[in-house]
Amino acid sequence: MVSRDDSFAIKGIREGLLVTLSAEGEWEALTARVLARIDEKQAFFKGARVALDVGERPVLPHEMDSFRLLLNKREITLWAVISSSHTTQTSARHAGLETALVTSQGGLESPEVSSEMQGAPGLFVNQTMRNGRTVRYEGHVTVFGDVNAGAQIIAGGSVIVWGKLRGIVHAGALGDETAFVCALDLAPTQLRIAGYITVSPEDKRRKPRPEIALVRNGRIIAESWNP
Amino acid sequence: MGAKVVTVTSGKGGVGKTTVTANLSAALVSLEKRVACIDADIGLRNLDLILGVENRIKYHLVDVVEGRCKLQDAIVKHKQFPNLSIIPAAQDRDKSAISPTQMVAIVNDLSPHYDYIIIDSPAGIERGFRNAVAPAQEVLIVTNPEVSAVRDADRVIGLLEAANPRPPARLIINRVKAEMIKRGDMLTPDDVFDMLSIPLIGIIPEDEAVLVAGNRGMPDLGSRAGHAFKTIARRLMGEEIPLKDAPTPGLFRRLTRLFGGRT
Ligand SMILES: Nc1ncnc2c1ncn2[C@@H]1O[C@H](COP(=O)(O)OP(=O)(O)OP(=O)(O)O)[C@@H](O)[C@H]1O
Ligand SMILES: [Mg+2]
Repeated sequence: MVSRDDSFAIKGIREGLLVTLSAEGEWEALTARVLARIDEKQAFFKGARVALDVGERPVLPHEMDSFRLLLNKREITLWAVISSSHTTQTSARHAGLETALVTSQGGLESPEVSSEMQGAPGLFVNQTMRNGRTVRYEGHVTVFGDVNAGAQIIAGGSVIVWGKLRGIVHAGALGDETAFVCALDLAPTQLRIAGYITVSPEDKRRKPRPEIALVRNGRIIAESWNP
Repeated sequence: MGAKVVTVTSGKGGVGKTTVTANLSAALVSLEKRVACIDADIGLRNLDLILGVENRIKYHLVDVVEGRCKLQDAIVKHKQFPNLSIIPAAQDRDKSAISPTQMVAIVNDLSPHYDYIIIDSPAGIERGFRNAVAPAQEVLIVTNPEVSAVRDADRVIGLLEAANPRPPARLIINRVKAEMIKRGDMLTPDDVFDMLSIPLIGIIPEDEAVLVAGNRGMPDLGSRAGHAFKTIARRLMGEEIPLKDAPTPGLFRRLTRLFGGRT
């Protein structure tokens, strides 16, 4: 999401979303603007796990708590706060939050997408997404593998699955009705494009074939995809 | 050379992990291997019951970890299969009594004396699962031909794929009922493979003999299920055996090529 407002940025990372706040400006006002942005795009943010990067800004415990509470109300979980400020780190630890993006796998992940790149940014998932995995990304998402039942993709752009799509997918989750979803076998548990929603027809013995789903005349249709 | 360490896990409870651990261990012993099986399901010990050694337990895994006995003292030998050692779990403790690092240390101590170490895990994906999987060189995922068990297996495979290092995993489909498949009332092995896409090491039929053997504490390798366990043991040892003991021949033609697939 390229911000209209450069005092903060929101982007998708492997662990969920990363919200980067400018170290300057008043905390209350800045967080209010972030929340306003979130409220504009509820479908995209609902259920997200958010890490907050505040740079060198000192954040007091009550400031952190109230922001966290406001996120909670929107069904968003704040799980980490990253800062070089000692005050902020202490507040974060006090609140039981992580202070680094290091996950149990020990990797530091940040799929940086430069805005100078041609076209819209994309995320490449080079692996089957199994039950329990969620990918949330503001651009397009390509999966080289299957998306199994119980896995979920929420993308601002389009979703391409070079494999079987059985999980839940929401393309155009920021409102883009021109977004599409295609897969070598398109049989999602639930498919959404922008504000439209559909489920796969129950037809167990059908032959898998590549299909593309898009919005036509106010509803989602699937047609044969000939890549 | 040390033992090959294999962990049996599933995600969903009650699908047959302990049954597989006991019978696969016995099958390996019947093929002249020295086997130690470890019950990592702390708090819910079961393996010793199925193997009929519950009355001879003096010490357990947590006793070893906490230094109350030597590893040697916790090992119970099976009566019928002297080359089968069992390391029982504690019943009066919970999973947090042992850590993944301690589990690895115990397996390392056992390793020089055995050909195979088979570890039974608790249900779920919590601490007990991580304990059981930490020392694994290979993981066998047990599932039943039913959607909820397959979904849980999928979640576990995802966790293993994210692990570093990533142990190879193969699938066991347990409690397959040929008649139900014929009627179209049960997922076929093909369906299960289609949902999980990992190599299959064997299919075990539903067999009353499993329950009877469990109650008697003596694995029955002569039963239909027993035969399937022996086949899995041989595949584990590296033999290439095509899937001919499938419950309904003809149905699984497509599966035969899966065995040649990636492992
Ligand atoms: N192939 C089979 N045929 C018939 N019964 C079976 C078969 N496999 C397992 N069972 C029965 O299913 C029950 C559960 O098996 P088991 O205890 O091995 O599962 P588990 O995965 O270890 O369970 P838990 O998650 O509680 O540890 C037992 O009563 C067992 O006898
Ligand atoms: Mg068990």
